[in-house]
Parts: sequence; structure tokens; C-alpha cells
Amino acid sequence: MDLSFVLSLLVFSPLLGIVVLAFMPKTEEKTIKIVGFLATLPALVIAIGLYLHYLAGKKLSDFDVAKDWITFGGLQGAEAGFWKVNYELGVSGFTMLLVVLTAVVATLAAIASIYIKKEWKGYFSLFLLLEIGMLGVFTAENLILFFLFFEITLIPTFFLIGKWGYFEKEKAAYSFLIYNGLGSAVLLIVIMILFAKTGTTNIDMLTQIMSDPNVPMTSGLKLGLLISLLVAFGVKLPIFPLHSWMLRVHVQAPPSIVMIHSGILLKIGAYGLIRFGMGIFPEQFEKLAVLLAILGVVNLLYGAFLAFIQTDFKMVLAYSSISHMGIVLIGLAALNEAGVQGAIFQVVSHGLISALLFFLVGAFYERTDTSLMENLGGMAKGMPVASGFLLAGALASLGLPGMSGFVSEFMAFLGLFEELPWIAAVGTIGIIMTAVYLLRAVLGITYGQAHREFAGLVDLKGVEFVPVVVLIALIVLIGVIPSVLSSPLQATLETIMLGLGG
Amino acid sequence: MSLEELTSFNWSIMTPEFFIVGVAALLTVIDLFMPKKQDRRILGWIGIAAIFAAMVSLVGLLGAAPDSILDDTFRLDSFGKAFKLLLLAGGALVLFLAVSYKADQGMEEYRGEFYYLFLTGLLGGMIMTSSGDLITLFIGLELLSISSYILAGMRKNNLQSNESAMKYVINGSIATAITLFGMSYVYGLTGTTNLLAIAGALQSLADAQHAYLLGLAFLMIFVGLGFKLAAAPFHMWAPDVYQGAPTPVTAFLSVVSKTAGFVIVARILISVFGVAATEGPGSMPILYNMQDYIAVVAGATMIIGNVVALKQSNIKRMFAYSSIAHAGYVLVAFTSLSSNFFYSVWFYLLAYLFMNLGAFAVIQLVEAKTGSTKIADFAGLYRRSPVLAVTMGILLIALAGFPGTAGFIGKLNIFIGAFMVQEPHYVLASVMIATTVVSYFYYFGIMTQMFFRPAADDSKFSKIPVGIVVVLFVTVAASVLFGVFPDIAIDFVNENFNQFSDFLQ
Repeated sequence: MDLSFVLSLLVFSPLLGIVVLAFMPKTEEKTIKIVGFLATLPALVIAIGLYLHYLAGKKLSDFDVAKDWITFGGLQGAEAGFWKVNYELGVSGFTMLLVVLTAVVATLAAIASIYIKKEWKGYFSLFLLLEIGMLGVFTAENLILFFLFFEITLIPTFFLIGKWGYFEKEKAAYSFLIYNGLGSAVLLIVIMILFAKTGTTNIDMLTQIMSDPNVPMTSGLKLGLLISLLVAFGVKLPIFPLHSWMLRVHVQAPPSIVMIHSGILLKIGAYGLIRFGMGIFPEQFEKLAVLLAILGVVNLLYGAFLAFIQTDFKMVLAYSSISHMGIVLIGLAALNEAGVQGAIFQVVSHGLISALLFFLVGAFYERTDTSLMENLGGMAKGMPVASGFLLAGALASLGLPGMSGFVSEFMAFLGLFEELPWIAAVGTIGIIMTAVYLLRAVLGITYGQAHREFAGLVDLKGVEFVPVVVLIALIVLIGVIPSVLSSPLQATLETIMLGLGG
Repeated sequence: MSLEELTSFNWSIMTPEFFIVGVAALLTVIDLFMPKKQDRRILGWIGIAAIFAAMVSLVGLLGAAPDSILDDTFRLDSFGKAFKLLLLAGGALVLFLAVSYKADQGMEEYRGEFYYLFLTGLLGGMIMTSSGDLITLFIGLELLSISSYILAGMRKNNLQSNESAMKYVINGSIATAITLFGMSYVYGLTGTTNLLAIAGALQSLADAQHAYLLGLAFLMIFVGLGFKLAAAPFHMWAPDVYQGAPTPVTAFLSVVSKTAGFVIVARILISVFGVAATEGPGSMPILYNMQDYIAVVAGATMIIGNVVALKQSNIKRMFAYSSIAHAGYVLVAFTSLSSNFFYSVWFYLLAYLFMNLGAFAVIQLVEAKTGSTKIADFAGLYRRSPVLAVTMGILLIALAGFPGTAGFIGKLNIFIGAFMVQEPHYVLASVMIATTVVSYFYYFGIMTQMFFRPAADDSKFSKIPVGIVVVLFVTVAASVLFGVFPDIAIDFVNENFNQFSDFLQ
């Protein structure tokens, strides 16, 4: 059976929702919300289908698509298939996991969009456009297509933050746009140089061509390109000191968008570093390993210490995200199987955990109009269920064994201790700090001194349970049976290890 | 030249020009005999019909082999055809804007000058695309310029319009004079005005002194034409003129006139200086020698255009700077002269034509509704007319060069060119990309107004003139279509223009 339409369907299925929304009257709040939610389901179903297909032992390459798309004019060698960019989609074990993560978080974020107060039609149209971008990023098989989807995520996010966010939303939207715009500008330069030097942007072909010693590039240029990639994806990840935009976004954007942003958009940075940085420039990547490890530890500690002194719970989580992305860097810097596996685990696990935590913050904010910890004290009285889930999320985040956070931290550090024990040792301080700031914050909120009346507060109810329960279930599932992640990753890891020379 | 010789020419290759010049003449006569108080818009529709007729005849000529008439002064090669198509498409869209323009000072409905002056200007551009001689180039240039000067001053009771026309005419004449001076050097050295003959003579030029003179000639011609393109530092006129001129004229200047400017630059630079050797036969052509100079101009143009645009509060003025910036992007292609040079310039101008004209259509509507051209007047456009706001949003995203739009593919082509050449222009390409990010600020500034800010007055946009509807539909469709399926354009070019290989034959 020809399955090549499946991925296009996956990526562009939210488009159907946009079209339906376009014909709906804009005052129909409830229907619009339902349509918006339903439009995320086809992608979710297909993504889960991919996973089952994989579990059934069939090849994911059945889904590959390649069609002619852009030809560049007047260049020599165009006949041999060079200077062409195809419309190529495909999934491997690694990207399939990210696609599943995207589809899950997008659907749950669509549920979390119940908190959106105005202009639902515009909101869901942009939301679905954003989903197209994210799904495309992880399935694109060449750099130009990747870049296209990468930029498609930029525009809706700008509007979603700028229109539906909180008090300083426009400022946040602009800093998002400019930082990420600069990041993608750098990325585009890298892509174009690679294209001009090799005549292709197909990721697999580039990986092959670049491993050929005769490729017309000096090692200096390669190193330069890798460092540029590090900057480009460092903005997304974000790596200290390129992170300041992300704090604003996390505080100002509406909860559903922060779920997506923290859960998936940040992961594009990690994905890019792994797939392009490590995949295309393995030799140069090894040279930068120590630098990356140091950057990782800096991220980890910087985020953790600053999270400790925040008074706004959103800021705690924002810094915590920075800190947790440090673990991704640490894992990558280890350059061994355990490390890289830990990094990828962390990508998925943090995607789920941060989506959960930001959803809960949104739920609290919805009821109390604040996310300041001193105003939120004693929530366990008014909202016991939500507080319980918050505690569970925090425990997952700080790496309690049996939950996904533990596996990823453990693997990443295991990897780094093997290669750079001293740096790893310094990094472990970050883990302790994580426990300190998260417990301080969460216990402050749930059991701390109560500053308010709880009479009018309603605990989680109805659909609000869906995101929370699903996310917790997935977090525990990964924690208890890590092989749900590790077995699809095996092939990808082997390829990466091969590129790194064993 | 005897009558016999005259009739022996293959005049059919001039059919598109004949349509335009004939109808322009016809319009003057109709205007003369029309009752004084009758609506002149009909002239605009006739003009549109003429442009379509010219387009159809040009499409009919696409398959024809390169040919030249009138002693090689007028030649129809693939370069001429390709760029003439752009001019005609742009011209038709501008006329659609013009017939929908709210009649006010100087553009009242019973004044017909606009339409035939516009056609003569367009004719000038068309002659430039097809000229094989310095004289016809210059005549085309002047025909376009003089028409533009008058068009810019069309609103004769408006102080800004007067000022802009005055500035334009004075600066423009100086620039033309400098260009002509530069051309005279070329003539003096070669003894001919025919471009191909000049190229032939220059190839064998061995004297270093002559090369020096040619270098001077290059700089002068480039300075003079840089003015036409509004390339920094010769861009000063653009903001004032763009702001003062009636909106359809501004659209004309930013699209048709600019395309014509690039046409003449390509014609002269490539056919004359692209072959003139610096030190005897076989050495590097002057154009390659001057690449650094062009690169500096391109860089400065991109930086000045984009940075100064940030501070504008008047949208037409802002679009003037944006137009300067876009000229800078296209100039990047001139610094690299890679094998995709013609295609990338053509595609960029094609994309720019649609994106920019569409934006001007919205500007014109908002101006007609609010009576001013402040960016702040776009506030709340999304509430007043969601369709219009989304349309403008798409066009702005295209202008900012986001993927999925023609603007992105245009930039991509230029990038590849810049990286492909022997010594890749990393710095220039980085400037291009960095200034593109700067441009997000002002393009998204308009979006902020349209989507985030409340409107001062909530009245809806009712009854959008049919001309504007046509323009918006065409421009948005084209901006997206060429962004998603760019191969349509390249297939068209490959099929009809044979990679512009007959440019120097």
C-alpha cells in the first residue's frame, strides 16, 4: 500500500480546521472551541498510528514522500538533481517521538484554550497554523523545508502572544520575534552556505557528503557553521545568554501557548542541535564538546539559582525550563550513547512536564488572577486536587525516580560522568538546587500561609482533568517503562554514534 | 534610411509598444473632445485594455527568435521580453489602482492627464528593456523620468505634492545629466552608441589609460542610475516624492519605475562593462573589478533603507524606505553575477511587484477612508475589515521575506547567487539577512496596529472599489502562489527565455 500521503495528511490536517473556522460566525464561542479541539485530533490519531506502526515492527520509511518543489534557475549541474529542493517528509524513530509529543501537547493545549476570553476564531486559526509549523519542522527531510516550517511557527506565535497574552504582551511578542528572527537568520545563512557548497539540502545526503573528506570546505568553515548553528538553535533552546526573550514569553503568553512554547517550540532547538549539529558536523561537534558541557552546566546552575529567588511562580517555571535545557546540553556534550539518549529523553520528558505545570499555573491564574507565590499560599485548602497534581508535576520535574524526569537526568549525567567527570560533578549541584527551588515554590503555594479567602474557589473540573491526567499518565509511563522511548530511539542513536566515530 | 529599408524591418516585434503609444495618443485626443464635466475614469479602463492588448501581443512574441530593427537600436531578446512582461503587469495593476483612486485635488474625475502620462511613462520603461543602443536607452529613460516628474506633481494644489515634484525634477535631471556624461565617455572611446558594437570594441581595448576612463564612466553611469533605483546615498528624493505623490503614482514609482531602473542598469552594466577588460584582452572585466563598490552601495542601501524605515510614522514614507531597502537586496545580485543572475533579479522584481502593489492598494483604501497616511490610522483595521487586514498581513509577511511567500524565494535566489561565486559574499549576505530581521520591526509594526490596537473609529469598510478588489486578489494570489510553487516561474523562464543566453548576441 502506498502510504506516502500519510505524513502530508499529518502535517496539513489542521488546515481543515482553519477552513471550517473561516466559515463560522465569530460569536459562536463554544462551537469554535470544539472545532479547534477537533481539528487537532487527526494529527494525534495519525501520530499514534505511526507509533503503533513502529511497534508492529514495520519500517517508518514506508511513509517517506519526495516530490519536486523548487528549482533554482540558471545554475550548473541542475540536471544531476542538484540545486533542487524537494518537498520531502519522513520520520525516523527520533522524529516520530517528537511528532507524537507535538500532537499530544497540541491537543491538550487546545483543551487548555478554554481560558481564552476573546476572538476565538482568530485564536484557533493561528493555533492550528502553529501546529502545522511544528509538525512540519519535525517531519521535514531537507533544510529549506525545515526552515519554512520553522518560520511558519514564528508568525502565529507572535500574534498569539501579542493579542491574547497578559499585561506586557506586545513587548513579549516583539522580543520573541526579534530574537527568534535573528536566530533563524543565522540558520538561513548556514543553510544557504551548505546548499551553495554541496548543491543539496537533503539532510541525509548532507550527512553523507559532509563525511566525505573531499568536500570543498575547510575545517574552519565547518566549525564556523557549527558555531552559527549553535547560536541559531541556542536562541530557541535557549542557551544562556540568549534566553531573556523566553522569560518574557513564559510570563506574558496565555497558558495554552506557554504549554506549546515550553513543551515543543523550545525543543526545536534541541532537535536542531542533535539532527543538524551532531548529524552533519560530527567531527566539529566533538571539538566543541567541552564548551557545550560548560554551557550546559552554566544553564543548569544559572536557571536553578535564579529560579530560587523568583516570587512569581511563572518565573520559577521559566527559569526552571532554562535549567532543564542545560541537561540537554550536558547530555549532548557527553558524546556517548547514554548522554545523547538522556538528552533526547529530557527533550520529550520536559515537554510533557512543563506542559503540565504551565497548564496548572493557568488553572490557578484563571481562578485567582495571580501567579505570585505569596498570593497563592495555602491553595491546598481551596483547590486540593489541583495542588496535588502540582506537587506531582514538581516531583517529576525535579527527577523523582519512577517519573520521566529521573530517567533523563540520570542518563545525561551518567553520560557526562564518563567523559568529563569534573564538569558533571559541578552540574549535580543544579539537581540539588532543582529540588530546593521547586519544593520551596510548590510547598509555598500548596501549604504555605494563606492570604486569601478560598470560599469562591472551584477545584479542577470537567475537561480540565483531561490534560492533567493524560500528562501525568505519560510522565509515569515513561518513568516506569523507559523503553517506550528508548526502543524507537535505538536506530537514531546508532546512526549518531556512527557519525561520531563509534 | 530609405522608405524601402524602413518597410523591410520586422515591425511586428514592436507591437506591444505600438499598442501603448497608440492608445496614449488616442487618450489625449479623447480627453480633448470629451465634455468638460464628464468622468475621465473611462480613459483608465481604455488604458488597461491597451496594456492587456500589449501583453497578449508580447506573449505572442515569446517564441520568436531574438531580432532587432532600426539599425539594432531596438532589439527584442529574452531579457527584453521577460522584463517587459513585468512592466506591463505592474502597469496594469497600477492603472487598476488609479481608476479606483478617490478623486481629490489634481486627480479629480474630470482630469485625464494622469492616464496618458502614465502610459508614456510605461512606454519609456518598455523602450529601455528593448534598447540595443545608448541613445534609445537614454530616450526611454527620459520618457519615463519626465512622465514621472509630472505624475508626482499631479495634485497641483497640494503643497507636499508640489515640493515632491520639484525635488524630483531637480535631482532627477542632475542624475540624468551625470548618466549622460558617463555615456559620453563610452561613446568617445569606442566611436559608437550601439551596445553590441561597444562591447566588441571594448573587448580589444588594451590601453590602461582607456580602462581608467572607462572606470570613471562606470562610476558616473552607476551614480546616475543609482538615483533611479533610489540606492543609497542617492535615495534622498524618494521619501519626499513617495509621500507627496498621489498613491497610485507612488505605487508606480516604487514598482514600475524601479523595475525599469534595474533594467537599464543591467543593460548597460552587463553589456558594456561586463566585457570591457581592465588591462587588455582576457583580463578581468571592469564590472568584476567594481564589485566591491557595488557591494558597498548595496550594503549601505539595505542598512539605510531598513533602519530609517523604523522611525517613520507616515506609511508612504515608510514604504519609500522599504522600497530603498528592496533595491539594496536586488543590488546584491549585481555584486555576484552568478549564473542565475538574470533569473534571480527577474524573480525578485516579479515578487516585489505583487507584494508592493498589493500593499499600496490597501494603503490607498485606508487613505481614502481616513484621509491621512499615518501608520496609526491602520489601528483596528482587523475589526473594521478583517479581510483587508489579513490581506495586508499576508503582503507584509511576503515583503518581510517569510517562507511560503514569493518574497522568501526571491531572497533565496539572491542568496544562492551570493554564495555560489568564486569568492562568496558572506559579509554582504549577512548584512542582507540582518537588515531583513530589522525590517520585521516595521512590517510587524503595521501588523500591531492592525491586529492589536483598537480603532479610533469603528466604521466598516463598505464597498471596496472593483479595481482594488482585482489588485488585491491578483497580488495576494501571486505572492502566495510563487512562494509555494516557485517552479511555475522557473519553468516559464526556462521554456520561453532560454536562460537569457541571447543577451549578448
